[in-house]
Amino acid sequence: MKDELIRIKEEAISDINGANRLDDLENVRIKYLGKKGKLTLILREMGKLPKEERPVVGRLANEVRQEIEKELSEGKDRFKERLKQERIEKEKIDISINKRTRKLGHSHPLLKTIGELENLFISMGFTVVEGPEIETVEYNFDALNTPENHPSRDLSDTFYITEDILLRTHTSPVQIRAMKAMEPPLRIISAGRTFRFDDVDDTHSPMFHQLEGLVVDENITMANLIDTINIFVKELFGDDMKTRFRPHYFPFTEPSAEVDVSCFSCKGKGCSVCDGTGWSMELLGCGMVHPKVLEVCGIDPEKYTGFAFGMGIDRITMVKYGIDNIRLLFENDNRFLEQF
Amino acid sequence: MLLPVKWLKEYVNIDVDTKKLADELTLSGSHVESIISLDRGIERVVVGRIEKIEKHENADKLLVVMVDVGDETIQVVTGADNFKVGDYVPVALVGAKLPKDLYIERTDFRGVESNGMLCSLAELGYEDSVIPKNQRDGIFILDKDYPLGTPIDEVLGLNGEIIELEITPNRPDCLSIIGMAREAAATFDKKLELPEVAVKDEVDDIKDYVEAVEVDEELCNRYYTRVIKDIKIKESPLWLQLRLMEAGMRPINNIVDITNYVMLELGQPLHAFDLDKLNNKRILVRRAKDGEKITTIDGQERALNNSNLLITDGESPIGIAGVMGGMDSEVTEETTTVLLESANFNGKSIRSTSKQLNLRTEASIRFEKGLDPNLCKIAAERACQLIEEINAGRVVKGCIDIYKNIKEEKTIKLRPERVNKLLGTKLSVEDMVDYLERLDLKTKVTERYLEVKIPTYRLDLNIEVDLIEEIGRIHGFHNIAAQPLVGVLTRGEKPYSSIIADKVGAILQGFGLNEVITYSFISPKSYDKIKIEADSHLRNYIKLMNPLGEDYSVMRTTLISNMLDLLSRNYNYGVKECYLYEIGNVFIPKELPLEQLPREEKVLVLGMYGQIDFYYLKEVVTALFEKLGIKDFEYVKEESNPTFHPNRTANILIKGNSIGVLGEIHMDVVENYDIDTRVYIAQLNFDALVEETNLDRKYKPLPKYPAILRDIAVVVDSDVMVGELEKVILENGEGLIENIELFDVYEGKQIESGKKSVAFSLTYRSSEKTLKDEEVNKVHERIIEELERRLDAKLRS
Repeated sequence: MKDELIRIKEEAISDINGANRLDDLENVRIKYLGKKGKLTLILREMGKLPKEERPVVGRLANEVRQEIEKELSEGKDRFKERLKQERIEKEKIDISINKRTRKLGHSHPLLKTIGELENLFISMGFTVVEGPEIETVEYNFDALNTPENHPSRDLSDTFYITEDILLRTHTSPVQIRAMKAMEPPLRIISAGRTFRFDDVDDTHSPMFHQLEGLVVDENITMANLIDTINIFVKELFGDDMKTRFRPHYFPFTEPSAEVDVSCFSCKGKGCSVCDGTGWSMELLGCGMVHPKVLEVCGIDPEKYTGFAFGMGIDRITMVKYGIDNIRLLFENDNRFLEQF
Repeated sequence: MLLPVKWLKEYVNIDVDTKKLADELTLSGSHVESIISLDRGIERVVVGRIEKIEKHENADKLLVVMVDVGDETIQVVTGADNFKVGDYVPVALVGAKLPKDLYIERTDFRGVESNGMLCSLAELGYEDSVIPKNQRDGIFILDKDYPLGTPIDEVLGLNGEIIELEITPNRPDCLSIIGMAREAAATFDKKLELPEVAVKDEVDDIKDYVEAVEVDEELCNRYYTRVIKDIKIKESPLWLQLRLMEAGMRPINNIVDITNYVMLELGQPLHAFDLDKLNNKRILVRRAKDGEKITTIDGQERALNNSNLLITDGESPIGIAGVMGGMDSEVTEETTTVLLESANFNGKSIRSTSKQLNLRTEASIRFEKGLDPNLCKIAAERACQLIEEINAGRVVKGCIDIYKNIKEEKTIKLRPERVNKLLGTKLSVEDMVDYLERLDLKTKVTERYLEVKIPTYRLDLNIEVDLIEEIGRIHGFHNIAAQPLVGVLTRGEKPYSSIIADKVGAILQGFGLNEVITYSFISPKSYDKIKIEADSHLRNYIKLMNPLGEDYSVMRTTLISNMLDLLSRNYNYGVKECYLYEIGNVFIPKELPLEQLPREEKVLVLGMYGQIDFYYLKEVVTALFEKLGIKDFEYVKEESNPTFHPNRTANILIKGNSIGVLGEIHMDVVENYDIDTRVYIAQLNFDALVEETNLDRKYKPLPKYPAILRDIAVVVDSDVMVGELEKVILENGEGLIENIELFDVYEGKQIESGKKSVAFSLTYRSSEKTLKDEEVNKVHERIIEELERRLDAKLRS
């Protein structure tokens, strides 16, 4: 019987090693360890053995069972591993293939610039406000101290709807709206569409964009204006960017200045782009709010002072992204939009 | 304005180079736009004298000329013929360099050697616009003898620079050499040296020449005249011509040149009338009669009206005041006596006349910005002095000066502490006085104020703050130390609608849509192109009074046409797929014509073509609503929107209110936009979207109990919409239906014609207990019954 057990074991191991499929292993198990399996049947014969042999044979039988079970389990693991390997091999793909069916969308570069500027000024405590695109002559010109005969009022400069209503030529009327609606202290900015009677060419568009800023409080000075603009320019263009405040004229500020920044091309050393001056021209206009403007808005110019600034966003966007033609901003060619 | 630096330096002793001059002038408020060098790199061009002129043997149009250039006499072949023996001319020698990279070599002209070139002013680098008319078509003939062989640069003063300035409209006084000299003197703290004006020799009496002068006092503040007789009209001396050319003006003749010279120098336009050509020896300045005509010196006949101011001789017009003189009284070669006009006209009137006639002249530019009436006399006297100096005529004694409302100097009080309060500086009173005095603003220091006398030419200085600016700019804005804002801390924020717009942008970009910006004005034809009905409220648009053209003439009431323009443009550029969105205003008038500002409503438009269909656009819009927390939205079939496909369009409702439309664009419209593919557009009222947005989120416990899935497949009429089936299912789900998923819609074989099979997978789940099959079966049966009862749906076996 001992020999029989050894033979069964060897036979079983041989079957296990000869198995071709996972199912074969299960059959091996049934064949030897099942209810009618060879080992099971032989163990039933145990009773026929002499008493003294039973424990020895019993131990051997157990060992054989354990051996077969172990071999079965290892065999199963080997099969699983092989199947896994086969699957991995079969699932080879070409990772160099691009199958993107739809790209992500993009913000328009101009609105992206406005968003960045707004966030910058919000971090400096400014509140963003909005104003209408269609304005009154009163808010667009009169309240801003624009002389009666100022050329900007001409039909050749401004789009009119009626004698009293026009398309705003700048974002400055938002100053008037803000000062009439709110009490100082005021720190606001407003960006939006503006309109001037310009034919479309490489650098002009009848619709363009401005960003306006206004601060009104007690003790606001030109020195504060300079500081605010300097911070903004450095944040926008980098720390090595310098500013130059040049006296200028705007009807609604006094004193008034235009601000140049170091040439974007040479950073101030002087090059052909800036005619050797080192300065790029006219980034923005600014000044101390004219006392007449404060008065019109019901703010006492003796108690309060303020500063205002305004800039063309289209040009800033073009400089920032190296765009050389303003038409691109409004043509909305998909191949252009995808670049931002 | 062009400012020749040499001329400037005659009145103010500035010893810095032009770059420094330009930088400092810019920083004190006179913006230098460019520096133009007079040195044009001319080499080996010298003064020569024509010795002999012969015809070229083999060429009719060429002359062979012998020219003495000092150390030799050379033979030159030329095509010009405006010179004679003895004339002094510029000669470019062999090896000469001329502007525009022109080099002169020894040349053979049909067998005759040419050892140089006789030069015209254009060849020497002068702009056509400043070259005297008689010099335009030939060699430049010098006005007198110069040592032969003298470099032409020396004769023409081709050294130094011209500064190009941007003069702001508030400073007409700076539109002159003296005005800029005054600025330069203040900037560099130098003394201004004005020319001494005096006429030495005067004859006769003006009363013998002019009987009377009368003016319209409303439009003419001052009219100052002098008379010059024994005039010999000829070219001006070279120095005078060069001055004018450098400042950008074309020399005409000695008298006209002097009026222009004085205008450039002092800023006061002058006009010389040929006195002998006037019918009456008098001047009447009056408004034109409607329809009255005058031919101006440019040869144009111009029709006038009652708002134009005319200079007349009592009857006939002889000039349009401040704009241009009349041809009949123009100074010509025969002129012997002139009446010199130095007037001060109403700027507004000149401006409107100039605009109405579309005629802007050096004179009108200066008048329209405003001039100091006290300048009239100085300018006229200066002109007389120069006429006398260049020996162009004899000045007649006396003047006629009509000047009723004499402009006096005013005084402005300035509080020193206010200066520092506004500028943020710590300037002393002494500093302030110094800056003001540098600008010729005489300042008296009193206990509380600085009392500042304002010269009459400073039309821009009216109130205290104007003087603060003067102090600030002479001190230099760049010398004001920056100081951070102090005061109450304010919280920066932006409007809720902008925050939502940012979110919408992020969501749409996630779906592949690019943001665009289009013009707020569109063509009225767009409404036809998108098939808007004639009586639609969308056609109540606001029209511009002065549009740039029909394409930009009305304020949009829809964003759809702009979107279609862009999709069409991209399609025709060959862009295969295009997904775009815009948030922009539409303009809804409260009445037409406008009496008050219209409503500006924000609209969101989505437009696309490519590998997508109606359902993709719907998916995007639905995702947008879900992300924004918008509830109670539904899509209702829309068959009557003329822009859209009647069978592929949905009206979008939130809480039962229409807030937009979504669908495929009608084939007619697509064709109108030259697009040969399906186009999908959604337009939504953005303000309503913001209104319905709810960004608050509350956690709902995750499901604890298992779900039970049941499929359901029914056959219904083809016209029954999936949405109707879903509605019935939901309504009868007793709150147990967590999800309905459509997994099949089928028409065709095995299904009766006119019918379709629709299959859903339903997820049942209770939040309170584990559902039993029997419970679900009961609900499911009921759903099937209701589907049959209400939509005639037959369960598909």
